[in-house]
Amino acid sequence: MKFDFKKFFFKKPKNELEGTENVPAPAEEEPKQEAVIPEKLAEKCEKCGQIILKDELDANFGICPKCGHCRKIDARRRIDLCLDDFTELFADEESGNTLDFPGYTEKLADLREKTGEKDGVVCGTGHIGGVLTAVFSMDYRFMMGSMGHTVGEKIAKTFEYATEKSLPVVGFVLSGGARMQEGIISLMQMAKTSAAVAKHGEAGLLYISVLTDPTTGGVSASFAFESDIIMAEKGALIGFAGPRVIEQTIRQKLPEGFQRAEFIEEKGFADLIVERKEMKEKLAAILRLHCGEVVA
Amino acid sequence: MSAYDIVLKSREKGRPTAVKYIENIVEGFIELHGDRRFADDKAVVGGIGYIGGMPVTVIGIEKGNDTNDKIAHNFGCAHPEGYRKAVRLMKEAEKFRRPVLCFVDTSGAYCGIGAEERGQSEAIAMSILEMIRLKTPTLSVIIGEGGSGGALGLSAADEVWITETSTYSAISPEGCASILWKDSSRVADASECLKMTAADLAALGAVERVVPEDGFSERFYVDLKESIVKFFKKQREIPPEELIEARYRRFRKF
Repeated sequence: MKFDFKKFFFKKPKNELEGTENVPAPAEEEPKQEAVIPEKLAEKCEKCGQIILKDELDANFGICPKCGHCRKIDARRRIDLCLDDFTELFADEESGNTLDFPGYTEKLADLREKTGEKDGVVCGTGHIGGVLTAVFSMDYRFMMGSMGHTVGEKIAKTFEYATEKSLPVVGFVLSGGARMQEGIISLMQMAKTSAAVAKHGEAGLLYISVLTDPTTGGVSASFAFESDIIMAEKGALIGFAGPRVIEQTIRQKLPEGFQRAEFIEEKGFADLIVERKEMKEKLAAILRLHCGEVVA
Repeated sequence: MSAYDIVLKSREKGRPTAVKYIENIVEGFIELHGDRRFADDKAVVGGIGYIGGMPVTVIGIEKGNDTNDKIAHNFGCAHPEGYRKAVRLMKEAEKFRRPVLCFVDTSGAYCGIGAEERGQSEAIAMSILEMIRLKTPTLSVIIGEGGSGGALGLSAADEVWITETSTYSAISPEGCASILWKDSSRVADASECLKMTAADLAALGAVERVVPEDGFSERFYVDLKESIVKFFKKQREIPPEELIEARYRRFRKF
């Protein structure tokens, strides 16, 4: 065996809570195919690189028919897929650039125009399998669902509304974390939403969080993991720190599947993994079990 | 002092850490270890003692002092076990109606494989959730860096105080500059824009009190202790339901 001088002399400080000795080898990245795509008609799958017709993709719940990769879907599409009907609430809620953060006002205006949404979450009520439910659904198109004042306010209001009306809450979570441009105000949304979740829970009401790709940062460390039932969408990235930040911190590649839904379930932090196609049915079954009429 | 000067000062070598505050403020401190699940996270120091004759539970995020000490405390970056230990101690305090005092000083919760495997998100989330509905008075004092969710996990209190050259932010200025502007040299600008200094936070209503540091003199600890005792005596008189309601309103306003 060759003596490794580097390893011998430049040991990282030992951190006993981190079992860094037995880390599996990092996954090799697959080479991606490049292709030119006729816009609007077809899209390239970000995972397998194959060209998929848009119609085909839409009919298949936004899942790549070639490799099964779940593409991100926007907040309203998610609601369409999982609810029988939907009445929007708090649609007028919006906030500005409280900290006067450079460029943020323009960014907000631009995204509002592009997406037609005021911010990164759509809230309301509707039926899932016959059970009237309060719902919030986060939108990746709005700064990857990052949580600023509007997102936090609407989610808190959804829980308060549900508490008042004795409704269960289903939350479709998608977020990269804090909205940096709102600084401490963004951080405070974690506490605000948590407080609203706590009140809802103390009223004996059900909260199901559905963690979709990605669920990270401040949102993961608040209402995402404060629910009675944690459902994770197959393949979703779920974690506190993003994989790049972890790789920079520990200076090593992460193993394949790290922080994916399957990993989260295996480690004991998700109740069940659900495929997008079965999501409505699964939600309905759980809701009925908690909120439906008891016959026997 | 510019915002960036304060950022540097909040991380300065030799700045008193949580243990120093505990030594100077808490009488007869008994450290209690472990989360009763997996391990004892030394980045979080917790225990019981007296402040001005009043029994309290004290929890601090400890960065450590010399190199070995810093490594032992993992530079004040807690693992999930740290937050679970904190929750356990808070629940014990609640049972015996003791006020809970937290000293917060962390660049953030630890980012690593073990931390993720054992549910860093869940641990912080539950710490916020349990703290915000705790049926006993709570106070958090930010004494250096208040780094993101890792700091908030111990700051969902009745009031949050901050010493004058400390910071509290959703992200480090380095992180902000590199993510938002792809330019890590703009740390000073980011420090300014994030409004993360004690004075900015007070103006935004994110903290109730800015504590003058007075060069961390003996007087500083005496005054701080006196303010804490006064605060807890006032809070102790409030029924638990009202405490929780007031806390709800405190965070609801943001």
